[in-house]
Amino acid sequence: MNSARRILLQRASLLAAGLAAGLLRPLASLAAWNKDAFGAKASADALKALGATGAAPSAGIAIEAPDIAENGAVVPIEVSSNLPGTTAIAVLVEKNPFPLAGKFNFAEGALPYVKLNVKLGETSEVRVIAWAGGKTFAASKEVKVTIGGCGG
Amino acid sequence: MAAGPMKTRATQGAGFTEVRVLMTHPMETGLRKGPDGKLVPLHFIQNVTVKLNGKVVLESELSQAVSRNPVFTFRLKGGAKGDKIEISWLDNKGETNSTEAAVA
Amino acid sequence: MHRINLLGAALVFAAAPALAQAQKSPYADYQRMAAENAPIELYELGGEELWKKKQGPRNVSLEGCDLGQGPGVLKGAYAGLPRYFADAGRVMDLETRLLYCMTTLQGRSREEAAKRVFGNADRASEMEHLSAYIARQSNGMKIAPGSSHPKEREAYELGRSLFFHRAGPWDFSCATCHGEAGKRIRMSDLPKLNDPKYAAPLMATWPAYRVSTSSFVTLQWRMNDCYRQMRMPEPLYGSDTTVALITFMTVTAAGETYRGPAIKR
Repeated sequence: MNSARRILLQRASLLAAGLAAGLLRPLASLAAWNKDAFGAKASADALKALGATGAAPSAGIAIEAPDIAENGAVVPIEVSSNLPGTTAIAVLVEKNPFPLAGKFNFAEGALPYVKLNVKLGETSEVRVIAWAGGKTFAASKEVKVTIGGCGG
Repeated sequence: MAAGPMKTRATQGAGFTEVRVLMTHPMETGLRKGPDGKLVPLHFIQNVTVKLNGKVVLESELSQAVSRNPVFTFRLKGGAKGDKIEISWLDNKGETNSTEAAVA
Repeated sequence: MHRINLLGAALVFAAAPALAQAQKSPYADYQRMAAENAPIELYELGGEELWKKKQGPRNVSLEGCDLGQGPGVLKGAYAGLPRYFADAGRVMDLETRLLYCMTTLQGRSREEAAKRVFGNADRASEMEHLSAYIARQSNGMKIAPGSSHPKEREAYELGRSLFFHRAGPWDFSCATCHGEAGKRIRMSDLPKLNDPKYAAPLMATWPAYRVSTSSFVTLQWRMNDCYRQMRMPEPLYGSDTTVALITFMTVTAAGETYRGPAIKR
């Protein structure tokens, strides 16, 4: 049996026991996921739920993203922080229906770096928040999105 | 429904180990209409966990704004050849998948 | 009626001057980053599995399939296609040849093997996985389709005629969109495919991961989709028509270093 299935079965039996005892919440909330931040429809609300309102602009956050994306469904973004003690990085797409795209929490052993593909509904600021030394910092970059043609 | 293929590859960079992971997942936003004209329900990976030699080094929280069939690149401090990288995901329906690889 | 439609369609195409060859495309960074971050490898892995998987009534894998370099030889196979195959008596591109091997080696019916040749974002087709895997084995090699055998030359000539042949309700030919340099449709370039300068970089980057649909696409798919966009009848998978067009474009691109599988918009 593969390990994913084993993990799922272990969880399922724990879950069954827990639910029977009325002790546990559904499976999905066993792993941390900031519902308020991800559910926020305005960037300001997402930042508030993240505790990042008033994050100071910083040149210590690097964002590499194309100036113009040929397709908004897949926009590659590469972010990193050279701020000492960076423990997390969040990526927000300002104009998306739900701006918060992801939050990456770095434990001892991981570098504050991530490259990923995000969806951009339209031309938008991509805002990055970094948590470092007990404070929050921010940087942003505009990515334009155009409509392509029908070929390729 | 069994999760689609997932693969990770870890190679050594300059002072770090670069981990690349490819996942198969629709990452549905809940805003897209399917072939039957109805909205396809929200279905996306919410968490991705990266472990190095059994220890959690990175926890990611994701939204449905991450592109379909996600590809991530992470960087780990140090990491030697043969070290075990294990990556797993959990989606909003409680489905999971995982994969592992040795650092090359 | 046809003239008006054609004019209307022509007006859609930008009259903008051609981008100077030296000028970098505004999408260069996007394309570079998207290519680095595309899940192409997953398709290749799937292809490797399928190549080695025993299937069909004969319960054999495709490993005995001769793609032009000898049975089971994958290195350089994609770069050497399309070409004439004596056992089949015709010119074949990769997908046509794979279908041939599925039916002759594995004993599968054409109906079953060709049932789902074009996949989608959720699940690629067998052909798409195989194409990704096999194309990878030609990465870095020169595109060198067969061009000496009479049937190969015939396929090239047929492809060239078809390229310029106007038909269908809009009186379109391939050349309508792809016959002039510097054209685009909305923001996508329309390469002049009967010109090596433009055909070469194109043919060097198929099959590909299509970012806009999160799916893997092949040349047979592209021919099918172009015909659909021209409002022409649907071509048969692996038909002489599709093989001829692919032959024409590949021969036009001959000599270029193959660098796929790649990505497309």
